[in-house]
Amino acid sequence: MSTAKSSIFKVIATSSVGTMIEWYDFYIFGSLATIISTKFFPQDNPTAAFLSTLATFAAGFVVRPFGALFFGRLGDLIGRKYTFMVTLVLMGGATFLIGCVPSYETIGFMAPVLVLILRLLQGLALGGEYGGAATYVAEHAKDNQRGFLTSWIQTTATLGLFVSLLVIMATKSSMSKEAFDNWGWRVPFWTSILMLILSYFIRRKMHESPLFQKAKDTGNISKNPLKESFGNRFNFKFVLLALLGATMGQGVIWYTGHYYAMNFLKNDCKVDGIQVEEIMALALLFGTPLFVFFGWFSDKIGRKPIMLAGMLIAILSYFPIYRSMYNTATNGHRTEIAEKGTVAVTMAADKKNPLDSVRTTKTHKVFVDGAVYDESKEEMVFADAAKASAKPKIKAVTKIATADYWSLVFLVFIQVVFVTMVYGPIAAFLVELFPTRIRYTSMSLPYHIGNGVFGGLMPAVATYLAANAKGTGPTPTDPDWYLQGLWYPIVIAGVCFIIGLLYVNSNTHKTIND
Amino acid sequence: MDTIKKGFGIVWLALGVYAGYFSITSIGLPKLTSGLAGNQSDLVFGIIMLFILTPIIVGSLITFGYYALRGYYNGDGN
Repeated sequence: MSTAKSSIFKVIATSSVGTMIEWYDFYIFGSLATIISTKFFPQDNPTAAFLSTLATFAAGFVVRPFGALFFGRLGDLIGRKYTFMVTLVLMGGATFLIGCVPSYETIGFMAPVLVLILRLLQGLALGGEYGGAATYVAEHAKDNQRGFLTSWIQTTATLGLFVSLLVIMATKSSMSKEAFDNWGWRVPFWTSILMLILSYFIRRKMHESPLFQKAKDTGNISKNPLKESFGNRFNFKFVLLALLGATMGQGVIWYTGHYYAMNFLKNDCKVDGIQVEEIMALALLFGTPLFVFFGWFSDKIGRKPIMLAGMLIAILSYFPIYRSMYNTATNGHRTEIAEKGTVAVTMAADKKNPLDSVRTTKTHKVFVDGAVYDESKEEMVFADAAKASAKPKIKAVTKIATADYWSLVFLVFIQVVFVTMVYGPIAAFLVELFPTRIRYTSMSLPYHIGNGVFGGLMPAVATYLAANAKGTGPTPTDPDWYLQGLWYPIVIAGVCFIIGLLYVNSNTHKTIND
Repeated sequence: MDTIKKGFGIVWLALGVYAGYFSITSIGLPKLTSGLAGNQSDLVFGIIMLFILTPIIVGSLITFGYYALRGYYNGDGN
């Protein structure tokens, strides 16, 4: 069953706007991870606080499959439309409230607890949103246009991240750094309530999916979608295949090309934060139309070849791409203009023990290509000479020059292309695997396990692998330490590629009108 | 092709077992140990690795391997 052309684009627009807003809500948390870690987690160890936030970020991801089960079941019982009205309100409300939680300094331990609860609610809502949106659009589409039409939904995750970066950059540029650090970071969260109101009024006018309505009218609704989806071996084998042969690989590639690339440039390469956000925004902007292209292309040649090609090329390319990113972003290849460099050393009494001192060394370097490097190193100088010196705290930032800037845009863009290849066709692929009566439930779970669990844990696991390889001494244990985090997406996507190649059926234009 | 699909069932079963062993011994337990010694972020990470990611990887690979060995994925239409 398909819908007239003007109606179908209205269906796509209605679904996509709401889904994009939900992704925006979800991603501003990750995009502001560094500042959130300082506000809501103990300050003693910035790295620990940062990883705690990543873990909270991961908690938001890990809970997505539960949201998929809860809302997927609801969507198969009562309908697609009402279910993703609920997810929209839940997500928007939780996001707004995160922006309202007082800091750890104000309310103590309740601060991280409240943030964690609200983050879990975000994860639950998102778990219910995507399956509903993809199913809703797919059930309006003709068989030979399903890839193209559902690919618009596939743009929403990247657009949500892009909009989150834009809102953050706009907020930062409208106020001083101090104001943003104090309270301005809350603005992107508060903005969500406006988006929620807009999206609510748009979605309120939507009609139910025609295939679901037909199933409902003919009494073909599942009485127990969870049992039919996962308690039935015939269907459960497809749930497993969807996860192990598609979404697992797609999830890690998505997060490598988005969040890992961003964290890598900021934390490992020490590139200026605002430049990194610009680089990501540009790469995402240039790459986003390819979601639609590959969705359209999958209607011509099938979903499987494009998804598997994306996985294979990504697996083979990640090491050279990240090596190139590291060499481009760091200062090893640059020639310093010695006369423009400065080193300033100051001593101040330690606030905790005035007998001890803190030596701060500020280094400023300027390079021939226009790059500027600033480093601040703090070392404790103990009054008692016998006391062992602690590891110095070093903050370093490089503002890179134009040529390197555009090289990095290109290197991130290539990764976004891989993402569009694996993600563009996947909504149509998942919808085509399952019957209408249990579609929302069955497709949501493997999608959110693949993306939420495997993909969402990618930054934390990869950071751990890289930190392990780097060691704790002044010189990294492994000179290629910064590449070791990539083993996680490479191995996961590699296994997924082989399973997809051997077991996924290549049928195209499979009808879903059952 | 069906023979290859069935044969690889053993590979997935073995991979599930190995992945569980690696995940628990190389990441999960060290992180949990470090976490219990006071490192908050390691505790969270260790719990997620041991109780979320590892069971999903092991359970899904072993079940998939079993299904493949039994021939449930054989045939063009699966």
